[in-house]
Amino acid sequence: MLGRRHSESGTGAWGQVFPARAPNGSLLDCWTFKQAHHRPRPQQDDNSSTSTTPTATTTRTIAKMEVLLGITGKDFTIIAASKAAMRGATILKTSDDKTRSLNKHTLMAFSGEAGDTVQFAEYIQRNAQLYSMRNESDLSPSALAHFVRGELATSLRSRKPYNVNLLMGGVDPITGKPSLYWLDYLASLADVPYAAHGYAQYYCLSILDKHHHPDITLGQGIKLLNMCTDELKRRLPIDFKGMVVKAVKADGIIDIEFDDDKIVKSA
Amino acid sequence: MVGKDCVAIACDLRLGVQALTVSNNFPKIFQYGDVFLGLTGLATDVNTVSDVFRYKTNMYRLREERDIAPRTFANLVSSSLYERRFGPYFVSPVVAGLDPKTSKPFICGFDSIGCIDFAKDFIVSGTASEQLFGMCEGLWEPDMEPDALFETISQALLNAVDRDALSGWGAHVYIIEKDKVTKRLLKGRQD
Repeated sequence: MLGRRHSESGTGAWGQVFPARAPNGSLLDCWTFKQAHHRPRPQQDDNSSTSTTPTATTTRTIAKMEVLLGITGKDFTIIAASKAAMRGATILKTSDDKTRSLNKHTLMAFSGEAGDTVQFAEYIQRNAQLYSMRNESDLSPSALAHFVRGELATSLRSRKPYNVNLLMGGVDPITGKPSLYWLDYLASLADVPYAAHGYAQYYCLSILDKHHHPDITLGQGIKLLNMCTDELKRRLPIDFKGMVVKAVKADGIIDIEFDDDKIVKSA
Repeated sequence: MVGKDCVAIACDLRLGVQALTVSNNFPKIFQYGDVFLGLTGLATDVNTVSDVFRYKTNMYRLREERDIAPRTFANLVSSSLYERRFGPYFVSPVVAGLDPKTSKPFICGFDSIGCIDFAKDFIVSGTASEQLFGMCEGLWEPDMEPDALFETISQALLNAVDRDALSGWGAHVYIIEKDKVTKRLLKGRQD
């Protein structure tokens, strides 16, 4: 395995990361923390006017503004990610690609804290590639998803956890079955037919609940994706600058031309 | 839940971030040989803890050349959770199985730091635990046959989660007998 970013610290430091009890005292049957509950950072001094980094709170709000979408179909998985790279109130770039391919038939999309995302994604990418070179065979999407979860889970109980949300899409090269894995920064792993991250979840999941079928074609999948992005353009308060869209099929990953200039009338 | 020479364990299938449902196919019961472990709580810890015990029970089987017994497994769960006393896994496990020697039913529950709660009748855990206590207290009776036990545990679970906004969306029910384990999927309400 390639070198890790940081070593494990003992259990002592761990206590700072989480409150001893679950936030708001309730135990959901199976829950993940809402991001705002995660590690409250000390407030900034009132008189310190020069802050070079955005506060943790704004970073997390931005992370939620980033759009990640995944849809599986009969023989493919679509992964789409917004093109805007944001920092504070500024859009720095409008052609950002928040995806990395791990091997011929697995693609990962990521959102979260600025430095962590690409660092973590490329760390995973290189380990996946190293595995492929050593063993002359690729890891399956399922194997990769569980590997990534393991890395994220050990990071979670370290001194400085990665703040990265992921979607992993792939098609099993042997069975030809498409798969999509939803992973959040707490390393909760779920195998799902369609998924989203951030605020996009609130708009897209209900649309997909209504219109998704497991045996849709790629064309129908793109149509579904268009319904989702239209709704996001209509309802998200900021412009996410269109989407990078890729599809994983049995014979590899393909880029999909996506019309970002379509104007959506407000409701 | 305990029956006559049989035990049952059941879970719902929801995974959510507060009020948002992310997945309705997230099983929380894991099988290690003849022992069953149910995990509620923080999803990442459900994943982690289930992986840890798969590793530990596999190592046990290689060392001892037999499957782990429910009572032994319960003590393993307890000590493993207490290892994390000051930074716990946020899970409340439930263990169910039949004793391999006597075939007597065994169930127990834990808190997140491994305090064991033995019970003769039923163990509940999760967000709907209050509702489950009510349902189980009302429906459970001693010495139920496997079919009656299945009906009881299913009705208890389904009706409890329907009164809880944060759980439901389908269920898995396992009925464990001496030489047979039956797993059933209950569709449940999807709203």
